[in-house]
Amino acid sequence: MKVAVFVKQIPDPTGVGRLDPVTHLLVRDGVELVMDPGDANGVESALRVVEANGGEVVAITMGGERAAEVLRKALAMGASSAIHIADDRLRGSDALATARVLAAAVTRSGCELVVAGTESTDGYTGTVPAAVAELLGWPSLTFAKALEVEPGTVRIHRQTPAGHDVVESPLPAVVTVTGAINEPRYPSLRGIMAAKSRPLETLSVDDLGIPPEEVGLAAAGQEVVSAAPAPERAAGELIEDDGSAARRIADYLAELKVI
Amino acid sequence: MGRILVVAEVAGGSPTPLTLELVSHGRTLGDEVAVVVLDPDADPALPALGAHGASQAYVGRETAYREHLGQPAAHVVSALVDRLHPSLVLFPGTQEGRDLAARVSARLQLPVLANAVDVTPEGDAFLVRTAIFGATVDVVTRTRARSPLVLVRPKSFTATATGASPPKTEELPLPADAPLGARRLGSVVAPSAGPALEGARVVVSGGRGMQEAANFEVLEHLARQLGGAVGASRAVVDAGWVPYALQVGQTGKTVKPDVYIACGISGAMQHLVGMKGSSHIVAINKDPDAPIFKLSDLGVVGDALKVVPALIEELRARGLT
Repeated sequence: MKVAVFVKQIPDPTGVGRLDPVTHLLVRDGVELVMDPGDANGVESALRVVEANGGEVVAITMGGERAAEVLRKALAMGASSAIHIADDRLRGSDALATARVLAAAVTRSGCELVVAGTESTDGYTGTVPAAVAELLGWPSLTFAKALEVEPGTVRIHRQTPAGHDVVESPLPAVVTVTGAINEPRYPSLRGIMAAKSRPLETLSVDDLGIPPEEVGLAAAGQEVVSAAPAPERAAGELIEDDGSAARRIADYLAELKVI
Repeated sequence: MGRILVVAEVAGGSPTPLTLELVSHGRTLGDEVAVVVLDPDADPALPALGAHGASQAYVGRETAYREHLGQPAAHVVSALVDRLHPSLVLFPGTQEGRDLAARVSARLQLPVLANAVDVTPEGDAFLVRTAIFGATVDVVTRTRARSPLVLVRPKSFTATATGASPPKTEELPLPADAPLGARRLGSVVAPSAGPALEGARVVVSGGRGMQEAANFEVLEHLARQLGGAVGASRAVVDAGWVPYALQVGQTGKTVKPDVYIACGISGAMQHLVGMKGSSHIVAINKDPDAPIFKLSDLGVVGDALKVVPALIEELRARGLT
């Protein structure tokens, strides 16, 4: 079984993100870029599926030159090959254009299962995987906190506000996983060495047969008119706990008439 | 100004609060608000939808909408949007709403905007406000599609009834050739205790700084003293310390209590969007640079494992057991 996994390179989520004041695009220069932590869960899920069923994992990303780093990490974790869609004309693509590109890459890869994170940690739009499924005409099983695959069938535990639903579908299908599904493995030294000889293919939109006018900033169905710091809350009081903090909090709750 | 289409969600025979927020706000965005209700329990929900301003309802009652994820609903909603050409389609920002909006977007090649916290008309277009990077940056986007699709976060608008009569209805049958896709085989309900997180006046929330699952007991104690509910960050839900039902944030609940007490939560953007609307925020964290302090009215740099038990004692001394 061939399993595709989507990975995305994002600014280190422990830092604070910035937008370019003119283009309103995410600032990536001078920022540490990492594999989205949610995608590491996706790679781990995909690897476990092929470990149980046989087959191979194909890691797919869309992004600038440096995005190849996250593919190398996926290869080092155990993916067999990788596809990097890198094309300057993709800059500023919205969720729909991104889904078009990724769907075309899945078709080209010949995979019958796609695994993705529920949402990216930088943009958290969360609509790309289901849009890819619709473009491919496949079912989608979202918010998986458990995943089980047997030939021809995929079954998940879908996180719900009250607990979980058991959801099943025939393959091919798209699955999105939450951070609760597993603990991603670290690349081993042997994995890092092996990754260097695994195929990493770089494609343009032309290679995927996508008309360039359907992607990028100009094709986006909306335009950002402003991006400004949110109104700050009134400056708060910050105290060091010297043993009296509990009393200060209790006084504050009393001021608010909570107690 | 034209027709606004709202995708309604129904629970237990009533529209969800978020659905009523969308219908109410829809009145300020167009001449007419129509709703599409795809649920076996659609009928009892119609009067409340009308009372909040929906003048037209498109109704489908097939059980397929409950048994299958996304695909049947996407088929029917796409056909409806293609027929009505509404000037705007509002989706609830829920798991189901997200799957549905994504599929309609792909099917009709219409753009979708997620995580909206405000929508206002501007000429023939709409301005959609989203909060990103943990609600530290406000982004305003102008739509330019014929029928833009917008996913709205809960509690962005206030539900207000006009008292109008139930909407006119039109049956929307599910075509026999509609794809069904993934099927729900069953539901498992996790046990929960204490008052509901949404609607609680006080929320006591814990994160990684609580060190381990067992330490959530002190948060439960504090919440009991204050008549509040316990919440959690995604990190501790993913670690399996507490059930998902307690998660506050982007993929969890949105809460707006009078007081939010964040214990050992650094304030990842994921979390902040779910609680920044709280009237008052108290934060306890060891790291003086934690982003949560930028939002807090009272910040305590200290170990939540020491401060919270001391606070419980202090409240006990003031007569709260």
